[in-house]
Formats: sequence, C-alpha cells, structure tokens
Amino acid sequence: MSCTKLTVSALALATVSVAATAAQSRDNVQIAGSSTVLPYAAIVAEAFGENFAFPTPVVESGGSSTGLRRFCEGVGTNTIDIANSSRAIRAAEIATCAENGVTDIIEVRFGYDGIVFASDIDGKAFGFTPSDWYLALAAELPLEGAMVANPNTRWSDVNPDLPDQKIAAYIPGTRHGTREVFEEKVILQGCEDTGAKTAMLETGMDKDTAEAACLELRADGVSVDIDGDYTETLTRISANPEGIGVFGLSFYQNNTDTLQVATMSGIEPTVDTIASGAYPVSRPLFFYIKAAHIGVIPGLKEYAAFFVSDDIAGPFGPLAAYGLVSDPELAATQAMIENEKAM
Amino acid sequence: MTDATAARPTPSLLAQDNRTRHRNRAEVRFRAFGMAAMGTGVLALAVLLASVVSNGLGAFRQTFITFPVVLSQERLDPDGHRDPAAMARVTTFGYAPLIGRAFADHVAALGIETGLGPRAMAAMLSEEAPGQLRTAVLANPQLVGETITLDVLASGRIDGYFKGRVTLESAERDRNVSPEQLRLAETLAQAGVLTTRFNQNFITAPDASGQRPEAAGLGVAILGSFYMMLVVLVLTLPIGVAASIYLEEFAPKNRFTDLIEVNISNLAAVPSIVFGILGLAIFINFAGLPQSAPIVGGLVLTLMTLPTIIIATRASLRAVPPSIRSAALGLGASRMQSVFHHVLPLAAPGILTGTIIGLAQALGETAPLLLVGMVAFVREYPAPLPAGLFDPASALPVQVYNWTQRSDPAFVERASGAIIVLLVVLIFMNALAVLLRRRFERRW
Repeated sequence: MSCTKLTVSALALATVSVAATAAQSRDNVQIAGSSTVLPYAAIVAEAFGENFAFPTPVVESGGSSTGLRRFCEGVGTNTIDIANSSRAIRAAEIATCAENGVTDIIEVRFGYDGIVFASDIDGKAFGFTPSDWYLALAAELPLEGAMVANPNTRWSDVNPDLPDQKIAAYIPGTRHGTREVFEEKVILQGCEDTGAKTAMLETGMDKDTAEAACLELRADGVSVDIDGDYTETLTRISANPEGIGVFGLSFYQNNTDTLQVATMSGIEPTVDTIASGAYPVSRPLFFYIKAAHIGVIPGLKEYAAFFVSDDIAGPFGPLAAYGLVSDPELAATQAMIENEKAM
Repeated sequence: MTDATAARPTPSLLAQDNRTRHRNRAEVRFRAFGMAAMGTGVLALAVLLASVVSNGLGAFRQTFITFPVVLSQERLDPDGHRDPAAMARVTTFGYAPLIGRAFADHVAALGIETGLGPRAMAAMLSEEAPGQLRTAVLANPQLVGETITLDVLASGRIDGYFKGRVTLESAERDRNVSPEQLRLAETLAQAGVLTTRFNQNFITAPDASGQRPEAAGLGVAILGSFYMMLVVLVLTLPIGVAASIYLEEFAPKNRFTDLIEVNISNLAAVPSIVFGILGLAIFINFAGLPQSAPIVGGLVLTLMTLPTIIIATRASLRAVPPSIRSAALGLGASRMQSVFHHVLPLAAPGILTGTIIGLAQALGETAPLLLVGMVAFVREYPAPLPAGLFDPASALPVQVYNWTQRSDPAFVERASGAIIVLLVVLIFMNALAVLLRRRFERRW
C-alpha cells in the first residue's frame, strides 16, 4: 500500500531530521529582553548585518525581566547570548545565573533613556512635579496620623496650578523595567517631597513598610497599568484625550505630531536636558553579554563592540537620532568590551 | 354538546384567525432577528475589511527617488585595488554622506531652490539607501569611479505625504519632517525625480528596524510561515489520519479509547499558548532544538492542529456508510483493504478540508510562537529546505504583531498591509477547502 509506505517514510524522515538537529550549532547572535531597548537593538542588528559578514542577530522582545530570566537559564547554543534590559540586573538574578552556570556576565551600559509624560496634542498643557504624581496615584495618603483612601479625582485637586482635568493615567505595567524607574524617580520621590513618608514613619511604620505604602498605587481605575507597549498607551490616549501616558523619549519623538509632552519640575525632556541630568526621570539602558558564548557564537563580540562604537551609540549616531541619550563614558565601555571584562 | 360545536365558527381559509396571525408574526420577528444578527456580522466584517484595506493598501506602493551618484574612488576604495575585502572596511557610514551629497547636487542641478541644509535633504532619503548601495558596490567593485543611477526609497514621512498620512500641518509639529521638505518632495514629484509606484519589496524584503519603516517587508515572515506550514502538513496529515483510522476502524471500544477520545476533544479547546509552553519545555530545553526556528514553530503548531485534524478526519470516516465496509468485507477484502481501498478514498475530501482548515488556523497563530522565540526581529532569510527549517525566521501573524508595536506611525500601514497578505492567503486556503468539498464530496 503506497499510502502507508509514504506515511511511514514521512514519519521516519521527520524523526531523523529532528534527531539530527540536537547537535546543531548556531551562527547568529540571539538576543532577548526589554521592549524599550528593542528598537535600538534592532537598529544596531540591522546595521551590523549590513556592514559585517556575520548574519543579522535575532532580537526578541518580552520585557527586561523575561529577558534576564532566559539569559540566566544556562550556557549553551539553545540559550540566548545577550539580554537587553532597561534596568540593572538584580542580585537575585545574578544568583540564579550563577546557579545555572552563567558566571561571567559583561554588563554594558550604552546610553540613557528619558521617561516622559505626554498627553493628546490638542489637550491642555501640563507641568508636573513628582509630588503631583504621588498625590494623584497613591492608593492611600496619610491624613492626621491615619491612612485614608486617595480622595483626589482631578489634577486641580492635587495641585491648584494644574488644569482642572480628570486624572487618567496610563503607566507601564510591572513587567516593564520602565515601571521601576517610574516608581523610584517619580512616586517615591513624590512621597518624600510631600512629606508623606515622614508622616507615615511618624504613625509608627518601619522604613520598609512606609516605602511599600508609598509605592502602593490606587486600583480604582484612575491609573491603568499598560502591560503592552507604548503603542497601546498611545491608543488609550487617542481614545481618551484626557489621559496622560508614560512614554520613552524616543517614542514621543517619533510621535510629536500627536503627543505633547509635560515638563517635570519645570524641565522639558530633551536629549540635552536628560544628558545633563537636569530632567530628573531618566534611566540607563543596558545589555548583558554571556562571556562564555564569546568565541562560540560568531559575531557576538563584534556585535557588542559595534553597538557601543561612536558611529552607532555616539551623540551623532543613528541611536541618538532615534532618541537615545548618548553615554558620556562610552570610551570606557568600549574598552571594557574589548577586554571582555565581566562584572 | 352539538350546540357547542355549532357555535364554533368555521375557520376561513382566506381570513387568518388570531392564533395563525400570532404564529406568523412570531416568524416574521424571528426572521428580522436573524437578519439583524447576520447584518451585525456582515457590518463588523465590512468595517474590519474597510479599515484594514484603507490602512494597508498603501503598503503595496512606495515612493522612490531617482538620481545619479558618482562613486568616488577616494571614498569607497582608498587603496584603489578594487579588492572587495579591503572595500568592505568602508561601512554604510562612509556611503551615507556620498548619497546625501549626490542628492543635493542633483536637486541643485535641476535648478530647484530649497533653502534646506544638506542634513535635512539627506533625511528625505531612506536610511536603507547606504546599505543598498554598499551591497551593490561590493558585489561589483568595478562600479567604483563610475556614475550610476540610484533608485532609493524616500524616507517614511516623505512617503507618508504622498499617501496622505503626513500633511503640511502635521509636519509643522513633527520633529522628523519639515514642511519645506514636503514642498521639495512635491516639486521633485513634478520633475519626475520622485515617483510613487508598486513596491514588490513589501512582499519580498526582510523586516527593517524602527528607523526605516519604508524598507520593511514580509519576505522572511512569508518564508517562515511557509516552512512552518510544511512541517505541520508533513506531520499532522499522516499522524492525524493514522490515529483517526485506527481509532475509528480498528480500535476496540472500551474505557481506554473513550478516555483518548475525550482527551482529543479536550485538547482541541486548549488555549494555544499552552502548546507554546510545552514546545519550549520539550523541543528547546529538552531536545535542544534551536530557538526562533520554523521547525520548532512547526512542531508546536502540529501539536495544536492535530486534535482539529483528528476530529475532522474521524467525522468524515464516520460519514462513510457502513454498507460500503460490509460490501467490501463480504467480497472477501480484509479490514485493512476495506479501509484503504474503499473508506479512505471516500473520506478523502472531508479529510483534506479538515486539514486545510486546520492549517489555516495554524497559519494565523501567534501566541505559541511567542515562547519558542519566533516573535522576533529577523532580517536573514532562512536557507533553502531542509536546512532552512533550523534557521531563525519570523511568521506572518508575528510580523503583524511586531509592526503594531513600533513607534513610527508608518508601521500602522505596514501592519495592515501584512494583514491583507495574510487574509489573501487564508481566503485562498479556505476557498481551496470549499472547492475540494464541492468537487469530490459524495452524498449518500
């Protein structure tokens, strides 16, 4: 019966081909991680593929934490070579890495990213301070020695200088590295600036509890966690023109025709104000290289070196044109990659 | 008694009584509901298609700028030996100024006053241009020193102007393009330097980074999807058909086969991401298959499609009347002969239809691919079969997903264009299924 024979041979073929690959090596660099770093990594990967004989690296998204978790899964060609991250690697992650045999990690800081607050271009203009955001988004505020649910519903309740507009915030979800920066540089800062933290400590809370209480955001629908990308935030704002969203600087710069940016503590976010440190809400961007893969995966070191070269990550390179704030200490980073200096 | 029957009026056949009117009204209402339900569906489909088509048709056309470039030896081959290895040291960053200057010179030669600086003029060209020129020069080093006519993509915003996405008003507020650039583009279009025409690169070119939406294409995604569908077809058809034939024709009916049957129906309803988790654990972590490869994607989709195909195949086997089997057995055929000579050929159209619909479902799946690393930025075409099964690739629905996340608004058009391509493929597959059913189906 030819039909059965065909079936059997197709199955056999499939099994053989599956088995044959178990020992296959990989000749492209494999990268995963932060969706904030993804556009930069894609630009570099593209230029790398154009200018080198190596194949273009494959870049996956998924968030900083996901990327670092996969990075720490172990050493070998079926694990990723580079994790992109919009925050520094945590001690716990380094420990997981070490447990799985990933010991030599090269940390590369390639620039800074500003986090901006933007709203619909036809809406009202805003000038925020971290305190405004804390008072608008905190779940509970200290009042006369007790914690009460946040009563603020309009920006003018928070700060009379702000427009009389309903509070509707679209902030990055906890999966994103951006959230951590938002909490640390805006909410926690606001909690301290308003004196709320001191008030909490006076009610008898210990330091950690007070900090956790500062970061507890309201869950009554006023603030919405966006687990997707900035495009989702943008869609939410076009659907609700009163909404204010948290974006990366590069995303805003690509959409200046639909978004207007708010100042933070009186400073407008631009590449220059972020580079000088005047604009407070910025964070470094990283990628982490598995040193054990250098020399095994062709092009890995070359890709890393190309990424931080002046042509690419310098102040006049394509990354800066896309919205990256160039790292003034790029030369040191270049030397570090050259020497494969692990953390 | 007789009085009572006499008092009841004789129902007229011409005038309807209350009950009949009531029943007829109910029917009219039901038809109206039915039409409203269908209308809602059709309306939703029409809105979806209209939005996709109106957003996406632009992706198939692209704006190109044509101008001569002098390939100066000084810049491109400082040694003068025409040695590709030495010339490769000049990166795209060396080519970019050459192209920018050539463009500015050409505009000046046409006698067009622009008032734009060289940087602003170079920004009207796609970032893809230097790479394109470099590849051409390295492939043919003899070009150095000559003047060639370069046909490059216009940048995404300039292209958007000719598609109505960018206007002079929006350009005022846009830091990536200025109204002066748009006016120059308009003048160049009149001079014939700038043309908008069909762009086959959208189908064939690989993905491009967020800085060059104009160059992004579906080539790698289409190939990746094709490879995966091949894997799915080669695996699901034999496995699915063999399993169904055994379960339907040979297996004893007992608790164990009942259990298998329940499980198969259950698996068909499992969310597809679950198969992705399974695929990651088995194919990548355990079997050591490469990440982002169509073979893994195909295997995962095979697991997902198998239950669908088994269910469809069993249904079509069951639809073959038992008399056929009895007749074959009565004439002395073995059970296997009765199945392979008579039942299977009669069930084949149904099996094929089920398979095609299963494949179409697998083609549109993204969630399970997320976990096996196929939701990625991939620019290299996978190698020809069979080695290409193990190279990184993306897939059509993945490309749609990726493009909707990009910050440049030009990617909205690309994503809709990709949806159109995906829809065309799906319509083709489903039409094939309908055609096969119509053509070969036997009614009993």
